[in-house]
Amino acid sequence: MEKVIEVRNLVKKFGSFVANDHLNFDVYQGEIFGFLGANGAGKTTAMKILCGLSSPTSGEAKVASFDIYKETEKVKRNIGYMSQKFSLYEDLTVAENIRFFSGVYGISPADRKEKQDKLLKDLGLESARDSLIGSLPLGWKQKLAFSVAIFHDPKIVFLDEPTGGVDPITRRKFWDLIYEASDRGITVFVTTHYMDEAEYCNRVSIMNAGRIEALDTPENLKKQYSAKNMDEVFLKIARNVD
Amino acid sequence: MKQFIGFLKKEFLHIFRDPRTMMIIFLLPIVQLLLFGKVINTDIQNSRIAILDQSHDNTTREITSKLVSSGYFVLGDELMPGDDVEDVFRKGKVKMVVTFGPEFEKSLERDGKADVQLLADASDPNTARILTNYASGIINDYVKKEKLQNLQLPNQINTEVRMLYNEGLKSVYMFVPGIMAMILMLISAMMTSISISKEKELGTMEVLLASPLKPIQIVLGKVTPYLLLSFINALTIILIGVFIFGVPIKGSFVFLMAESFLFIMMALSLGILISTVAPNQMVAMFISVLALMLPTILLSGFMFPIENMPLPLRILSHAMPPRWFIVIIKNIMLKGTGILFVWKETLILMFMTFVFIALSIKNFKIRLE
Repeated sequence: MEKVIEVRNLVKKFGSFVANDHLNFDVYQGEIFGFLGANGAGKTTAMKILCGLSSPTSGEAKVASFDIYKETEKVKRNIGYMSQKFSLYEDLTVAENIRFFSGVYGISPADRKEKQDKLLKDLGLESARDSLIGSLPLGWKQKLAFSVAIFHDPKIVFLDEPTGGVDPITRRKFWDLIYEASDRGITVFVTTHYMDEAEYCNRVSIMNAGRIEALDTPENLKKQYSAKNMDEVFLKIARNVD
Repeated sequence: MKQFIGFLKKEFLHIFRDPRTMMIIFLLPIVQLLLFGKVINTDIQNSRIAILDQSHDNTTREITSKLVSSGYFVLGDELMPGDDVEDVFRKGKVKMVVTFGPEFEKSLERDGKADVQLLADASDPNTARILTNYASGIINDYVKKEKLQNLQLPNQINTEVRMLYNEGLKSVYMFVPGIMAMILMLISAMMTSISISKEKELGTMEVLLASPLKPIQIVLGKVTPYLLLSFINALTIILIGVFIFGVPIKGSFVFLMAESFLFIMMALSLGILISTVAPNQMVAMFISVLALMLPTILLSGFMFPIENMPLPLRILSHAMPPRWFIVIIKNIMLKGTGILFVWKETLILMFMTFVFIALSIKNFKIRLE
């Protein structure tokens, strides 16, 4: 399988604090890769480096087979990013948001129109086309933010705790969208601290204090740590390390 | 380029969708200017005075009519000797009482001097000072021109005061440059810093930085609309100043606009600098008001003369960009000077712009690491 993310000995220091301590992992095309860890374990830092929002202290990384140091521009063209805060403009309408982000990624107006119609139809949001984002319910905003993040068909989409502050049913529905994207061949790189979400991923890595302590499929991890669910796996890892 | 135009469209939508922003940009300059120019007017017109004339001769009558015909004063009561002067003031309508001593004309012609007393209501000290100055000016003028010439008194020294560049001492001449500095600071620096930190607060900045847009494109895209709007505002303020308040533009209009452009650039870079420091809109607003608006109003020489400030504040006022801009604008508009006389101030503004941009770039890099 094709590797879309390769990380070798990645280190990120803030002064004397080591946020990422020699990370090594690969992510394959089309998989849903869960990036788990407690708050402050260093997952957002690692993700920001892969998105080109931050530069590493040392180590190597390739995203969509482009070097994150030298080919930042190309990396950015091939990724989508959704932050914890939904990241759409509240004072613009759904269509205006789509138009703006299409422009940023250089999608032609004709393509945009066609894709937009299909997108709104699939989401059942045709009636909301000209509503301000600010007037929509949280669940809709979240779906739209994700759809906009993958509107330009990136190779990889990075989701930074996309389901924070959302109820379990809405969360489950959101994951349906993630599966659809993955079926289309888009690699999903998602950080979360909800352990039930970890079960939905193809593979998960668990970070603690800047290091990756475990990386495997949820099944294997549960076997390895003889745990009933990911919650237990996580607790055992955290305890071992301490 | 297409990307950039898309970005500008988005920015203008943000601006046009927000009623508060629209009000600050389009209503505030006009309201401020009209307010300072018309309502908060420190010029004296038609102040009510009372006359207590103890000699009732030709000279005192002529002086009285000179005072009234000057336009500054209207005659209220004619008082009689023995009337309670304080009572007149207490009623509140009369601002000044002019008392001519007994045998005014005679003693003037005999000794070359005579007594006139000006009693002013100094519960409003500024007005009182202006009223007494005007009145003594009118009286002295009359006495010198009409009386003393006939008397052939030797070695009279005439001090003639002329207020150059603003003969009428119109305060609006001061307000137009001051308000222009204030509005341009407000719109350029405050509005850009708020609009950039808003993107940070809402998390959209991360999305933009993770997109193919370059940081410089993002910053330019955020700043350009305000550059345009500020320029329109500068133009509006100048037009209102010229056509409604009759402030002259003696110097070159193009030069005036070029200096305004420089000042706007300075304010925009200051706005960018603030946004690199402020994590959210509230902080950006707070810094802007505290670090920009108050000093602009208090320390730039707009409201209070810099010469009268204590030394530490006088030194501090050198760091206030509006101080230099106001000097430039006044020079161009009122004195008609060119670059030869304001090159120092212009260089200072350029230097400040450069420092703000350099600091912003430095801060921006630190944040990205």
